[in-house]
Amino acid sequence: MTDLTSLTLAEARKGLAAKTFTSLELTDAHLSAIEAARVLNAFVMETPDQARAMAREADARIAKGDAGPLAGIPLGIKDLFATKGVRTTACSKILGNFVPTYESTVTSQLWRDGAVMLGKLNNDEFAMGSSNETSCFGPVGNPWRRDGSNTTLVPGGSSGGSASAVAALLCMGATATDTGGSIRQPAAFTATVGIKPTYGRCSRWGVVAFASSLDQAGPIARSVRDAAMLLRSMAGHDPKDTTSVDIPVPDYEAAIGKSVKGMKIGIPREYRLDGMPAEIEKLWQSGADWLRSAGAELVEVSLPHTKYALPAYYIVAPAEASSNLARYDGVRYGLREQGKSINELYENTRAEGFGAEVRRRVMIGTYVLSAGYYDAYYLRAQKVRTLIKKDFEDCFAKGVDAILTPATPSAAFGIGEKGGADPVEMYLNDIFTVTVNMAGLPGIAVPAGKDAQGLPLGLQLIGRPFDEETLFSLGEVIEQAAGRFTPARWW
Amino acid sequence: MSVDAATVRRIAHLARIAVSEDEVPHLQGELNAMLAFVEQLSEVNVEGVEPMTSVTPMQMKKRQDVVNDGEIADDIVANAPATEGHFFLVPKVVE
Repeated sequence: MTDLTSLTLAEARKGLAAKTFTSLELTDAHLSAIEAARVLNAFVMETPDQARAMAREADARIAKGDAGPLAGIPLGIKDLFATKGVRTTACSKILGNFVPTYESTVTSQLWRDGAVMLGKLNNDEFAMGSSNETSCFGPVGNPWRRDGSNTTLVPGGSSGGSASAVAALLCMGATATDTGGSIRQPAAFTATVGIKPTYGRCSRWGVVAFASSLDQAGPIARSVRDAAMLLRSMAGHDPKDTTSVDIPVPDYEAAIGKSVKGMKIGIPREYRLDGMPAEIEKLWQSGADWLRSAGAELVEVSLPHTKYALPAYYIVAPAEASSNLARYDGVRYGLREQGKSINELYENTRAEGFGAEVRRRVMIGTYVLSAGYYDAYYLRAQKVRTLIKKDFEDCFAKGVDAILTPATPSAAFGIGEKGGADPVEMYLNDIFTVTVNMAGLPGIAVPAGKDAQGLPLGLQLIGRPFDEETLFSLGEVIEQAAGRFTPARWW
Repeated sequence: MSVDAATVRRIAHLARIAVSEDEVPHLQGELNAMLAFVEQLSEVNVEGVEPMTSVTPMQMKKRQDVVNDGEIADDIVANAPATEGHFFLVPKVVE
C-alpha cells in the first residue's frame, strides 16, 4: 500500500469508499507524520485522541453506508477557529488557555460532513502577518528550501501553519482565513492551493475576528479539486453571521474539468510592477499561455486604483482590528495582569498580552479612528475602497470572466529576513492579494512553477462575486499544465 | 502627517496599552513609517465618492425579536480569570 499521507483528498475519499483502508489508518498515518514533523512547528495543539475517536465514528458511518462527503478525512484547523473543548488562542498570549464552549460554524459543518480533526494549526498572532513570525508559539518552517540550502524559510502568513501542514503532508487539507492575502500568499509559498471565497460565502461566526469587513474563511488543499470539496462543506448561510449570504452552495467539484473555452481572462496592466522579478513575469506569461491553449481569450484590462489598495487596507484593517480587539481586557477570558485600578488592569493586560505587530496595528487603528483624524484617514480610505471595487465592476461589466495575476511578488524568504526595520517591507507581500479583500471578491492561488532557486511560485485568479466555480475550472487548467509540486523531505 | 512622542502616549492610552517611556521613540518611528506609507491616499480624487459601508450589496438581515439563547451563565464565566459565582471580578471601579 502506498503511503496514505501522499494521497489527495479526492483519492482518499475513493479509498475509504472502496474500503481499501479505514479512516483510522488514514488518521494514524497523519498523526505519525505530524509527530515526525514537529520541527516545522505547524501544529500548536495536537488532538490525537479526538482524531481517533472521530475516525472510528467515520468508519462506522462508512460501514453503515451513511457517510458524509468528507467522511473520515483528517484535517488541520487554524487556531483562529473556535473548537469546542479544544484550546483556541489565535496564537496570541492574550487568549492564554481559552477553551471555547462552542464550535465555529465553519468547523461544525466540516464535522457534520464527517471530517476528522487532527489538531490546531499555527498562524500569525490574530492573523496579523505575512510570514507566520508573529505567532506567540514561534515561527513555522516552510517544508520547501532553496536548492542546496539548509536555511529554513517562512511558509507565508497568516495561515502559515495551514499551508506548511498541507504541503508537508501532515493533513489532507486545512481551514484558513484571509483578510489581506492570508490564504493565497502562504498557498503560493508552499505549492498548495488556497481559495478565499467571496465575502459572505463562509460564516465568520466563531472565527476570531481581525477586520470584520475583510475576513473570510477558506481552505488550503493539495489540489484544486480538494479545495473545491472542502469549500463546499465550509460554505453556506448562517443566521448567526449577519453578513453571511443566503444563497445555495453549488457543487464546486462539478466545475472541475468544465471547459473554459471562450472565457475572457483579464490581465491587469497595473499589476506589472517596476522591478518585478523576471521569473514572476515569465510565470504570469505561462499562465496566460496555458489558459489560451485551453480556449480562453486573454485581454488586457485596467484596474487604475490598484496601487492604493495596500495603503487603504492599512487604514481599514487596523481600524477594525482596534475595535475588534477591544474585547481583550483581562476580565472575561484570557490573560490578566493585575493593576491597582480597572484602567491599569486593562493597560497592563494588553501590554503583556499583545505582541509587537498586534500592538502596532491596534495603535494605528486607534489613531485613524480618533477625533480629528477620522475623516482624513478612515473615511478617505473607505472612499478609496469604493473606487477599488468599482475598478473590478467596470472590468467585469466588459465581459471579463476572471482576472489572472501573480499571487505574490516573490517566493518564500528566510525567517527574520523581512520587516525588521520597516513594517511596510513585510506588508508589500500582499500587494497582489489585498485588492481582492478590499472588493470582497473570490480569489484562488494555484501553484504554477518554481523560481531559479527551486522555490514554488503561484498564480492568482480573481473572480466575479460568488463565481468561485469559474475559479475552480480555470485553476484546474493551470494545475494540469503546471503539474503538482511536492517538497523533498528534510524534517 | 506624523505623530510626536506625546501623541504616541495619548494613542497608547486610548488603546489601553501600557507603554513604557523607553518604548515611545521606537513606536513613534513605526507609526510614522505606516503613516508615511498611507500618505499616498491623499493624491486620490475622492470628490463625490460614497465611502464603502458594505462590500456585498445586500440588505442587512434582521432576526426575529425573540429570545433564542441564554441560560448559559456557567459557559460565559468558564474562561474568566477571576469570578465569584456568575460575576466577573475587577478592581474597585466606584469609590
